[in-house]
Amino acid sequence: MSITAKTLDENEYFYGHKACAGCGGSLAVRIALKVLGERTVAVLPAGCMSAVGFNFPQLCFSNNAIISTFAGTASMLTGIEAGLRAQGITDFQAVGFAGDGGTADIGLQALSGAIDRNDDILYICYDNEAYMNTGIQKSSLTPFGARTTTTPAGKNIRGNLRPKKNMFEIVAAHDIPYAATANVGFLQDFMRKVEKASKIKGTKFIHIIAPCPTGWGIPSDETVEIAKEIVNCGLWVLAEYENGEYKLNYRPKNFSNPADYLKKQSRFRHLTDEDIQTIITSRDIKWGYIDKNYKFNQEEKL
Amino acid sequence: MRKFLSGNEAFAEGIRLARVQVISAYPITPQTIVVERLSEMVEDKSLNSQFIHVESEHSALSCAIGASAVGARAFTATSSQGLLYMAECLVYASGGRFPIVMMNANRSTALPWNIYGDQRDSLSLLDCGWIQAYAENAQEALDLALMSYYISEHKDVSTPFMANLDGFVLTHTYEVVDVPTAEQADELLPKFETENKLDFSNPKNLAFSAGPEYNALFKYKEHLGMLAAVDVIKEAELKFKKIFGREYTGLVENYKTDDAEYILITLGSIAGLVRETVDKLRENGDKVGLLRLRYIRPFPNDEIAKALNNAKAAAVLEKDISFGNEGTVYTNVNSALKKAGLTLPVSDYIGGLGGQDIAQTEIERIFSEMKVETQKTEFIGTGGEGI
Repeated sequence: MSITAKTLDENEYFYGHKACAGCGGSLAVRIALKVLGERTVAVLPAGCMSAVGFNFPQLCFSNNAIISTFAGTASMLTGIEAGLRAQGITDFQAVGFAGDGGTADIGLQALSGAIDRNDDILYICYDNEAYMNTGIQKSSLTPFGARTTTTPAGKNIRGNLRPKKNMFEIVAAHDIPYAATANVGFLQDFMRKVEKASKIKGTKFIHIIAPCPTGWGIPSDETVEIAKEIVNCGLWVLAEYENGEYKLNYRPKNFSNPADYLKKQSRFRHLTDEDIQTIITSRDIKWGYIDKNYKFNQEEKL
Repeated sequence: MRKFLSGNEAFAEGIRLARVQVISAYPITPQTIVVERLSEMVEDKSLNSQFIHVESEHSALSCAIGASAVGARAFTATSSQGLLYMAECLVYASGGRFPIVMMNANRSTALPWNIYGDQRDSLSLLDCGWIQAYAENAQEALDLALMSYYISEHKDVSTPFMANLDGFVLTHTYEVVDVPTAEQADELLPKFETENKLDFSNPKNLAFSAGPEYNALFKYKEHLGMLAAVDVIKEAELKFKKIFGREYTGLVENYKTDDAEYILITLGSIAGLVRETVDKLRENGDKVGLLRLRYIRPFPNDEIAKALNNAKAAAVLEKDISFGNEGTVYTNVNSALKKAGLTLPVSDYIGGLGGQDIAQTEIERIFSEMKVETQKTEFIGTGGEGI
């Protein structure tokens, strides 16, 4: 029996923080902790969620929580898990919440090490597609075309020139026990994945898209809508990796137009029709690959 | 039980006796033997510990911090570039007041690449907030491993501990070492108890941010913790002597300094040769002595001033250079003397860099140059003088 909105823990574990209005990352952290419960140790590296949640004396986690070094989310989780197990404590969840830069850039080595050792931890990457905490700089999960403060959109260069790194398959290539992608616009799916991960022994990884109104240039009440749209236009895929197999969770019958998704955000406003066509083409190539390699059961619903 | 052990092996025996619960380490010459022995002890079950094969030194210490933050006794070991690679985590461990113990095999820092011993790695990180001790021999290495947890975990201290062993000269040299029994070790070292941990019965937020209004207070408390180690080191050594019969002398060791006119100050394994030289020169009637710095953080200001109070001149022999100035030990010693109002001439001899051999004749020369009672900084073996 999966946790639903009705059965979700009413206690708040991440409360009183100073995240921006409409913050997708804080929604992911809040919901994940409600699923995982009070016997959770949360590790957060430098990034938005630690910056908004740990300002002495205003400390915002009611479960055990600690900031790690920027590169050290996974390695600190390893130490916490090992340290508790060494004391005979086994009924707990060790969860990390790291941003896209903290995961796909500076934290990738430590994450790879933890998966290699198959440490019993859950690593959640809340992906707002740039270093938002430091003021919207490009990370390796910033999508093609996006304007950031280090990939300006000018006459010569039109934003970020490189596509988003495929963290999900990088992690899966380690033959991890469980990996999933998620999206704050599909919370039921996210809750199911967190709950499922919490019951699997070994390393688990969930990559959740978490829009940032400040960095994306959208109104703060459109976080959830824009999150849904990225899935519906096919630019983000909801999937799982388990027992050596990729599984697609959701396939929109007809993709909505990515141009509509892109043009709502000021970070993409400079894109030309040609740029948008580049994005659509790469989307279609990706879906060709997914349809070939990911299992999909039409009957299963999100 | 007496065993024939290298410095690395002796330290590993100390860590086994300390019943360390989590060990995370990444290999680097000349540290490797200590973690190889520990992994064997975990395999043969003489040590009940989680051995974590981390993928870097940064992760080694980050993992140890995680373990310490849930109240487990944690250990790591490294050397040289590895120590520098984990530098970010060093300040993290001390700022978070996590009493982790690390063995550092003192080794030269690149460039040029060099695997042999000097102390530029640890001395360049003096300001990281770690207690820094320097062993002279394998027995002291084992004993330091045991006492380090007593000192580091003491509630008034709560500060991480770096035990330094000279690369190869100490880490790989075999000596007969007295290995205590588990019962003796347990008598010295209680189970690790701390309130500074993530705890399910009393959840906490740790390693938080503190703005300008609180930051200085946290840093001041960190400083006080380090200063508190001075008394706790004495307490640990007193207790150690009662149980094990071996005596240590706190932050420094004075060897024939009481009536000495000329005193050589040094640290680490080279002290053995200096001690022999003192004996040799004393046979000729020279009033010379050795002041060995066993700890350099907390710094033995008073002990140095006391030892040098009646001396005519002194010199520092150190395997370190702070480019553009002088050896860091020398800088610290001069500060101690200035605060005590002592004005004797003190010279700085920088030697042993990258494993350079320091012969007894060099030490004899240093003592004879002290008699000239002038002050200089010299790079041994290069013909070069500094300021």
